[in-house]
Amino acid sequence: MHSALNLLAQTPPQTLPARQLMAYTLASHILLVPMGVALPFITLLAHYRGLRRDDAVALQLARRWSAVMAVQFAIGIVTGTVLTFEFGLLWPGMMGRWGDVFGLGFGVEAWAFFLEAVLIAIYLYGWRRLDPKVHFWLAVPLPFAALMGAFGIIAANSWMNTPQGFTLDAQGKPVHVTVQQAVFTPMFGPEYWHFVVAMFLTAGYVVAGVYAVGWLRGRRDRYHRLGFTIPFTVAAILSPVQLVVGDAIARAVFHRQPTKFAAMEIVWNTNTHVPEYIFGRLNAGGTISGGLRIPQLDSVLAGFKPSTQVTGLTATPEADRPTPTEATLIHWTFDIMVLLGTALLLLALWYAVVWLRKRDLPQSRWFFRCAGVAGAASLICVECGWITTEVGRQPWIVYQNMRVAQAVTSTRADSVWTMLGVILALYVVLFAAFITVLRKMHHRWRIADEGLARNRPVHPPEIVTPYGPREEAGMATGPSRPAAQDGDPHG
Amino acid sequence: MAEAVAWIMLVVLAAYACAGGTDYGAGFWDLCAGGAERGERPRRLIDHAMEPVWEANNVWLIFLMIIMWTGFPPFFAAVFSAMWLPLALAVLGLVLRGGGFALRKPTRRLAQRRVYGAAFAVSSLLTPFFLGAVIGGIASGRVAPGVTASADAWSNPTSIITGLMTIGATAYLGAVFLTADAHRYQAPDLVDYFRLRAWCSLAALVVLALIGLPITHHDARFLWSRITTGAPLGLVIAGAVVALVTALLLARRALRWCRYTAVASVVLVIAAWGVAQRPYLLPTSLTVSQAAGAHHTLVWLVIVTGIAVVLVGPSLAVLYWLDTRGKLEALADSDTEQEVPPAEPA
Ligand code: HDD
Ligand code: HEM
Ligand code: HEM
Repeated sequence: MHSALNLLAQTPPQTLPARQLMAYTLASHILLVPMGVALPFITLLAHYRGLRRDDAVALQLARRWSAVMAVQFAIGIVTGTVLTFEFGLLWPGMMGRWGDVFGLGFGVEAWAFFLEAVLIAIYLYGWRRLDPKVHFWLAVPLPFAALMGAFGIIAANSWMNTPQGFTLDAQGKPVHVTVQQAVFTPMFGPEYWHFVVAMFLTAGYVVAGVYAVGWLRGRRDRYHRLGFTIPFTVAAILSPVQLVVGDAIARAVFHRQPTKFAAMEIVWNTNTHVPEYIFGRLNAGGTISGGLRIPQLDSVLAGFKPSTQVTGLTATPEADRPTPTEATLIHWTFDIMVLLGTALLLLALWYAVVWLRKRDLPQSRWFFRCAGVAGAASLICVECGWITTEVGRQPWIVYQNMRVAQAVTSTRADSVWTMLGVILALYVVLFAAFITVLRKMHHRWRIADEGLARNRPVHPPEIVTPYGPREEAGMATGPSRPAAQDGDPHG
Repeated sequence: MAEAVAWIMLVVLAAYACAGGTDYGAGFWDLCAGGAERGERPRRLIDHAMEPVWEANNVWLIFLMIIMWTGFPPFFAAVFSAMWLPLALAVLGLVLRGGGFALRKPTRRLAQRRVYGAAFAVSSLLTPFFLGAVIGGIASGRVAPGVTASADAWSNPTSIITGLMTIGATAYLGAVFLTADAHRYQAPDLVDYFRLRAWCSLAALVVLALIGLPITHHDARFLWSRITTGAPLGLVIAGAVVALVTALLLARRALRWCRYTAVASVVLVIAAWGVAQRPYLLPTSLTVSQAAGAHHTLVWLVIVTGIAVVLVGPSLAVLYWLDTRGKLEALADSDTEQEVPPAEPA
């Protein structure tokens, strides 16, 4: 207790708002990342089908998904830029000391994003005037660029969890940096694959969910069928994979970050034959209230036999481990992730069984209800997984090498609180506006599909160039591209 | 090796100043374009010109920061500690700007478009100002390792004049590029419109520079003594001459070349600053070699940069090539609202 109090006194007051701000902005950014990583891939699947089979419906889906991508990617850039600045604004202590050890991952990531931004621009704006084949093939590197981007970020994050690739000199400064070791840390492999699968799976369920809802509302045309099947199949294939990979990452945590594992499973004392708790709360003295207790299971999961020894929280000095409240939090987030992940697997099985037997989608409304919420469930999994990773590392920012409190900026706490308030408000508005814009687009498309648009006034061709308020101001003399003058195919 | 990375950093900074600067300038002219009706045509051109490239342009900033923290960690930490407020304000501006621009396009209601447009335009003014103020603070020696955030670090005469000059430079770049774009999209009236603005911003820059000279003489002695002799002076003069050439090219409507000369003039001035600061990253408290990160990391940073040049360079060239040939055009509603073939039952 004594050392904990001591530590509290050494924790500068700006640490709390800085952590809140980091957590809030990361948690917001991460909601957009699945789409950033995997939507191009899913769109290209539809695009490929459209070109290959001359399928107008698939092409239409690809076109609309890329219209969504245009807005979503921009918001991702904006929230990502905030994170980049926050590394300096909130954690100059960490960057100043460790920047050259783990920064290279970000270097790879930046170039990958660069490539992605360029290719996405060509893809999004190439629909109208590029040769269809050229247009498609220019976009094929996109998913690979996204994987490279994720590589960089996860390399940095897994280094924070299991730092290596340096030695400390007499003043505690890192020297003898070996970049390869700092990039490929023990947690890197498990984290990367679990993360990549999570991204494709989440994007698949989110996109499919939109069409599942349409299906429930009685829109059972080929457009909705295809819009559901393509992304849902991707996600369904990945669901069992994710369970296996998730199991692997859990065991990697058990071996490499035993304290985090103890917190995830609320194990107080080191022991064998450790029971598994599903939910439940860890109290300050090490007792557990509530929760479903399954004898022996934790040891079995960690090492395949009941006699496996599991390190408890008390094996680490109090000042160097998560508090009971933090442990309870990540225990819950971990359990939620696993339960939802298992539920998603069952949904995928349902789909697979019906498909194999009848070569058709399940007919049950309950299936589509579940599919409609699967996207939200995956996003919750993503948030929960990250909270597990990050809070489980507390109080370290660089595991066992630097405390969060040592990394934080020297800026006064009220400045950081103010910034937190401003960003909070700004993001609420930004995300609300983003959702509104997506819903409006969706609404417009529905009206178009139901043939209601035919009754609307026909616009002169210039209006087709996507500028200016359309109905409100009559403007027929905007600058038009030279090529636009040879007649617009869609006008 | 540290020297090489420092040069890469300067090149990336110059690239951001030109690519990002043009975008900020476009935002500046969006702000100045007047009411919804009067500003309709310039605004459309601005949207048209910026749309496909602004995201890629933004990545230069990210890359700059990554080189800072990977290559020169103490430098990064010092700048972000001392310059906390202007950098925090700059990033708020970046959010408003990106969000405003991205959301304005798919929005249809005029009132909403106005709000998004205003967010975009106002922050196009604020962000370059604060980034410029940071550079002014560094150049005048106000940032040093261990210095904590204070108002003086950025609200001093040098910072303010640098901030204003940054706005001026972005307006100049933006106007030159938009003049060329107007020509490309065959809108002769807009050629004249933006040409005039390019001249005006150049004139404003000259005025600001004249005001800045006596100020920096007192306020940023180290930089002043360096930039008024030898190679830095030569670079500044070259920059001024090339800017003058740009003005003449505009007058003669030689619009193919004016973009290159405009970029060259900005790059030359930035190069002058970089050369003048040598060997310091933070005059006069932190040199390049003192700030340099681990040798092995720097070697890899150069390798990664080399690979990236090979990978990103061609794709960036394709993007700009397609863009200037008018091959890139946003999806119009008529594309996404094209009727799907008769709804077949599933
Ligand atoms: C759709 C998303 C999703 C799903 C279904 C799952 N996870 Fe997960 N999980 C993530 C999304 C995620 C994530 C957001 O992507 C994390 C955060 C950090 C990371 O690399 O992946 C993560 C982290 C994460 C960690 C923490 C790693 C660390 O602290 O370094 C563990 C132990 C697991 N997962 C285990 C599982 C298990 C056993 C699952 C069984 C079903 C599971 N996850 C499903
Ligand atoms: C490359 C990826 C990431 C990096 C480099 C990173 C880095 C950080 C840093 C520097 C902090 C502050 C110090 C700390 O409290 O430990 C932090 C905290 C946190 N991050 Fe991460 N993070 C990453 C990914 C994420 C993501 C995607 C989430 C999304 C949910 C997340 C959730 C959190 C939370 C909840 C905290 C607060 C922990 C606490 O205060 O107890 N992290 N992270
Ligand atoms: C590969 C898909 C991803 C996309 C498209 C994306 C989008 C972005 C963008 C656009 C940036 C700003 C940098 C820039 O403008 O280029 C950024 C930065 C960042 N993103 Fe994401 N993101 C992705 C993956 C992730 C992941 C997987 C995480 C964390 C779990 C994450 C956390 C961060 C952090 C911490 C930064 C700031 C660090 C930096 O600038 O390098 N991002 N992201």
